[in-house]
Amino acid sequence: MSTHTLSVLVENKPGVLARVAGLFARRGYNIESLAVGPTEKPELSRITLQVSVSSPQVLEQIVKQLNKLIEVLKIVELQEGSSVRRELVLIKVRGDAATRGQIIEIVQLFRGKTVDVHQDSMTIEATGSPDKLEALLEMLAPYGIRELVQSGLVALGRGSRSLTERAKIDKTRTAANTTN
Amino acid sequence: MADEVSPTLMTGAQALVESLERVGVEVVFGIPGGAILPAYDPLFDSKLVKHILVRHEQGAGHAAEGYAMVTGKVGVCMATSGPGATNLVTAIADAYMDSVPIVAITGQVASPAIGTDAFQEADIRGITFPITKHSYLIKKAEDIPHAIAAAFHIAKTGRPGPVLVDIAKDALATKAPFVWPESLDLPGYRPVTRPHVKQMREAARLIGQAERPVLYVGGGAVKAKAHEALAELVKITGIPVVTTLMARGIVPDSHELNYGMPGMHGTVAAVGALQRSDLLITLGARFDDRVTGRLDSFAPVAKVIHADIDPAEISKNRVADVPIVGDLGVVIEELNTLLRGADLPDYSPWVAYLSNLRTKYTLDLEPTKDGLLSPEYVIRRLGELAGPEAYYVSGVGQHQMWAAHLLPHERPGRWLNSGGAGTMGYCVPAAMGAQVGRPEAVVWGIDGDGCFQMTNQELVTCALEGIPIKIAVMNNQSLGMVRQWQTLFYGERYSNTDLKTNRIPNFPMLAEAMGAAGFRAETPDEVDEVIKAAMAINDRPVVVEFVVHKDAMVWPMVAAGTSNDDIKIARDLAPDWEGEDL
Repeated sequence: MSTHTLSVLVENKPGVLARVAGLFARRGYNIESLAVGPTEKPELSRITLQVSVSSPQVLEQIVKQLNKLIEVLKIVELQEGSSVRRELVLIKVRGDAATRGQIIEIVQLFRGKTVDVHQDSMTIEATGSPDKLEALLEMLAPYGIRELVQSGLVALGRGSRSLTERAKIDKTRTAANTTN
Repeated sequence: MADEVSPTLMTGAQALVESLERVGVEVVFGIPGGAILPAYDPLFDSKLVKHILVRHEQGAGHAAEGYAMVTGKVGVCMATSGPGATNLVTAIADAYMDSVPIVAITGQVASPAIGTDAFQEADIRGITFPITKHSYLIKKAEDIPHAIAAAFHIAKTGRPGPVLVDIAKDALATKAPFVWPESLDLPGYRPVTRPHVKQMREAARLIGQAERPVLYVGGGAVKAKAHEALAELVKITGIPVVTTLMARGIVPDSHELNYGMPGMHGTVAAVGALQRSDLLITLGARFDDRVTGRLDSFAPVAKVIHADIDPAEISKNRVADVPIVGDLGVVIEELNTLLRGADLPDYSPWVAYLSNLRTKYTLDLEPTKDGLLSPEYVIRRLGELAGPEAYYVSGVGQHQMWAAHLLPHERPGRWLNSGGAGTMGYCVPAAMGAQVGRPEAVVWGIDGDGCFQMTNQELVTCALEGIPIKIAVMNNQSLGMVRQWQTLFYGERYSNTDLKTNRIPNFPMLAEAMGAAGFRAETPDEVDEVIKAAMAINDRPVVVEFVVHKDAMVWPMVAAGTSNDDIKIARDLAPDWEGEDL
């Protein structure tokens, strides 16, 4: 199995997420994470999907099936080296007067923030690549993690080009965009 | 007509009917109910759109399919919210599987009530997400014209398919300026119709190198109306053809290079052609499991050229060596241009091999042992008497397979059946829709006693509306195809396949009760008689019951999950592949 990150530009209309999620469910594709939100254009939303596939053919099918959805405008696969990828995690960790200092030190090492503190717990906010967040969690685990919530991965390609621009360019090149 | 400069104020319902008129709708099959009721009021006055009141929404859906299949236009069905809409689901799924362009218009509860489990509320858009090409939920009157225009455009372009437009009752009732869209706002929908030149050249190159090429032609070629281009391709190249269940008639069965239907119940020659081929030229077919059998042993040595309007079909089941995305009419014509006058290999040993298989393994009709009619004989005779110009609409099961083989498939678009979904109950309502689309033509339904009992109430609609379809019911007193599997794979334990239709219902009486003429034939000499009697009636529907014997089995057969190489021509009898030198 290999994991791939797809950035999917969609029309910002009700039901789009249900269509995308439903497509994955009914065709048996695996979603590892999903994040959806607005873009620089109010009429468009962007869905970032992490999918795990058993072969390149399955990934090709996923992209083709997504492309068939009328409200999907553009799909690109973001490669790890040529994109910036971030997740956000909020962690409620056990911490009292004795351990608080050590925890703060760990959090600072990972450039996280302490966003809430109580006598016996503190809440940490951290962003970063999945690897970095995993490392942070490993460091915090011995203190006792009471609660954890994590966002899906969001990612942008490096360089000056934007996905919405690429979607527009493709509109004028109808013949070239679906043949592989 | 509305004035574009200062838009006319109209209710959503009026806007709906105006929009339907503008996209050229001639007929709507449907049933009114609470939520869709506002739409039926202006529909009552429309001079252009005729409404046919069916007896069950499933019938409306299949009728829309039948109409679309014979006219090439978009079929329309209409239903109310909740159960009205859910009754359309089977027909929508059927249209999705067989790429039939229909638009389903459903009423929805008023927008403030959506999500409250209101009376007759069902999330029909959510329910049909997986079985529609696209769908709309309209909550504002002003959104109706664009939704209708877009729905019809999406349904009929690219790979055709069903589109649902669900309209909240308050959107139908409130007034808004009517603005017909000059262009459609569909930035994510751009079907590719022109194939890539590079791929076309590569396809021509492979054809020029092949020794055993086959044209594997599917329903997409029928939808693309590519029959003339295809005939030219066959003429130029002399390459053998197999036509799938959905493509019967696109190349005449009488053509010497047409080896018939491949697949689970395909001819030995057609199955052999695919298995032994070194190049599949796949045109609008989708490597369905009923054609391929066990996929890993399907056409094991063949390279694959795969042309389809839907890129997602290419390399879905079988990886294509040459993928071609485009409209099949264009694809085949470009292929003709590339191959015309080209120096092609001598395919004659291959053609001789397949012709030998065809001669050796003909579909012979055997007399029955119990004195009852042979269903194969009845279907063949029906085809001979009704001729190749008639439209034939089949149900699903044994009779469908015999009809696929034995009817005179000589013209494109004359054969309607439920291929992908395998929907029992398709025949009667689809035949009704076909007859509405082709009022001057003879439309014969070939149905089974099981299928017929699912949707026969549409004969009432046909009788009242003067739609003179003719339905041949092959009564073998059982769910024949299921029974065949029980015979072969479940030790002849006939669990719940005996319909006891030798006792109930009395089909001719049932037909008469619904305003149709009813006949019955039990002996061979009655067969011609009742078919001719049915052909003589043109003012009302006709049902002809043929009492056929129930042990008839469909051969050849590739058992589910096995290789095409293991095709049987009769029980425990395999063709002799190796005896024929290639």
